[in-house]
Amino acid sequence: MRFDQELIATMVAPQSRVLDIGSGDGSLIDYLSRQKGCDAQGLELDMKAVTQSVAHGLPVMHGDADEVLADYPEDTFDYVVLQRTLQAVERPREVLRHMLRIGRSALVSFPNFGHWRLRWHLMRTGRMPMTAVWPTPWYETSNIHPCTIYDFFALCAEDGYAVRNWMVVNGDKRSRVAERSPHLANLLGEQALFLLQKGR
Amino acid sequence: MEVQSIIFPNGMPLQCGEVIAPLEVAYQTYGTLSPKRDNAIVICHAFTGDQFVASPHPLTGKPGWWSRMVGPGLPIDTERFFVICTNVLGGCMGTTGPTTMRAGTDKPWGKDFPPITMHDIVAAQIKLIDHLGIKQLFAVIGGSMGGMQTLTWATDYAERVFAAMPIATSPFQSAQNIAFNEVSRQAIYADPDWHGGDYQAHGVIPARGLAVARMVGHITYLSEEALTRKFGREIRPGTMPAPNSPLAALPFGGMFQVESYLQYQGSNFTRRFDAHSYLTISRAMDFFDLGSEHGGNLAAAFQQVRTRFCVVSFSSDWLFPTAQSRMLARAINQAGGHVSFVEIESDRGHDAFLLEEPDFDRTVRGFLNGAARHAGLPEGRDDHAV
Repeated sequence: MRFDQELIATMVAPQSRVLDIGSGDGSLIDYLSRQKGCDAQGLELDMKAVTQSVAHGLPVMHGDADEVLADYPEDTFDYVVLQRTLQAVERPREVLRHMLRIGRSALVSFPNFGHWRLRWHLMRTGRMPMTAVWPTPWYETSNIHPCTIYDFFALCAEDGYAVRNWMVVNGDKRSRVAERSPHLANLLGEQALFLLQKGR
Repeated sequence: MEVQSIIFPNGMPLQCGEVIAPLEVAYQTYGTLSPKRDNAIVICHAFTGDQFVASPHPLTGKPGWWSRMVGPGLPIDTERFFVICTNVLGGCMGTTGPTTMRAGTDKPWGKDFPPITMHDIVAAQIKLIDHLGIKQLFAVIGGSMGGMQTLTWATDYAERVFAAMPIATSPFQSAQNIAFNEVSRQAIYADPDWHGGDYQAHGVIPARGLAVARMVGHITYLSEEALTRKFGREIRPGTMPAPNSPLAALPFGGMFQVESYLQYQGSNFTRRFDAHSYLTISRAMDFFDLGSEHGGNLAAAFQQVRTRFCVVSFSSDWLFPTAQSRMLARAINQAGGHVSFVEIESDRGHDAFLLEEPDFDRTVRGFLNGAARHAGLPEGRDDHAV
């Protein structure tokens, strides 16, 4: 399991109901159901990954988050997880809205476009930045909605989501320095992880 | 393996209001029922299938229709699960149907066999399950019309079905499928041996009509790719007229392999299937529409249903296309249910669920393992972690 997935797992209460959007190979829901007794389901767009997950006994539904999240009734889950996918969905704001409609809490991780290396790259070369976290050229990337940590805080405020917790992940560890303030996080954080709830 | 069956003297009431009595239910079981009676799986057969899911057919001698899926160590593992498959109500392999002698007469039911529904078919199965003393089935699994029964099981008796696998099926019979069934039915009616449905009294069967019905069905079970790969435009050897014969000048010489295949399938079928059964069951399929029974809201059918579902479709299936399975899976989600949904990549059409498809095998095995874990069944021998 990736480090950011381990962090997500620590934030999920045992025995809870979880939907993992973009569940990939299913390692997070597998961990949550085996180690924490959760009722964890996945939603995944890549059919190969879906087949692989179901073949491993994991409940995964094939579908596109932009389309099928609207199906689920309110408060179906305790947590709805979106890992490194927010920037790739067609309507991120709608997806977030549905996450907090169908779940009591939302766990969202995304790569931070405000990181200093990207800013420096753009300023120095005048070209779209490419880094380990943002590895594909602009004409091929599936990341159609990049945002910064600031942007995300602003959207949460605008749509009335309470930020219950947030963390910064650089490589394979948390960056305590960056977590000192949103300003530092926006500058020094490669990835961010947010725990949101409805209401301010 | 001996043929198993049980007779319920008081019979059962049907949705149409008639009572069928006595009711006989023919079935086969594989594996052993656990002392807690918690490892039973009901497999529902398709339209023209039968209870011989994993043992040779008594008339044709062919291996069971799902013997590659059901057996010791196979995805539906009979060393772990107790598998039950019944012949459907209205069928012709032992369960009460049009070929059964009607009580109080010296004739079979024939054309007087009452119309039945998917609910009736499942209600007959539950009489057997009650008789076996099984409170909750671990799983119900079925493809095609077997999937319609699976959905009926899970919605009519939700608390008695822990897990359900509707495969290559739909929550309703589409207009296209009704249309194909109607062509089949008309072929039977058009056979001179049909005798207005009284063929049994005349000591004949409408074999040509029934064979055409089967041929139509067979086309819908395959795909263009599968037909092309299997037969292409090949002419059957020895069917071309000799070059010096007068027929050689005609453009209609020779028999395509695909024609020969369909004729073979058609005539074979008439040896094991009854025309009235065909009509009765095809009608039960045509009237299947889970959504309309719930005010046009398919999700309402799954309200309060806590069964764990795994919906499976096949990419080249045009009889029960993926879109219908997706609609089903989304309806279960809308009801806050528990569903996995997989489309298996295959170019073999609807029949793919009966054939060698490794991804499908893995899906069946994995889903059952996962569900067994949640049901608290003992670990299977291949129940490994990711």
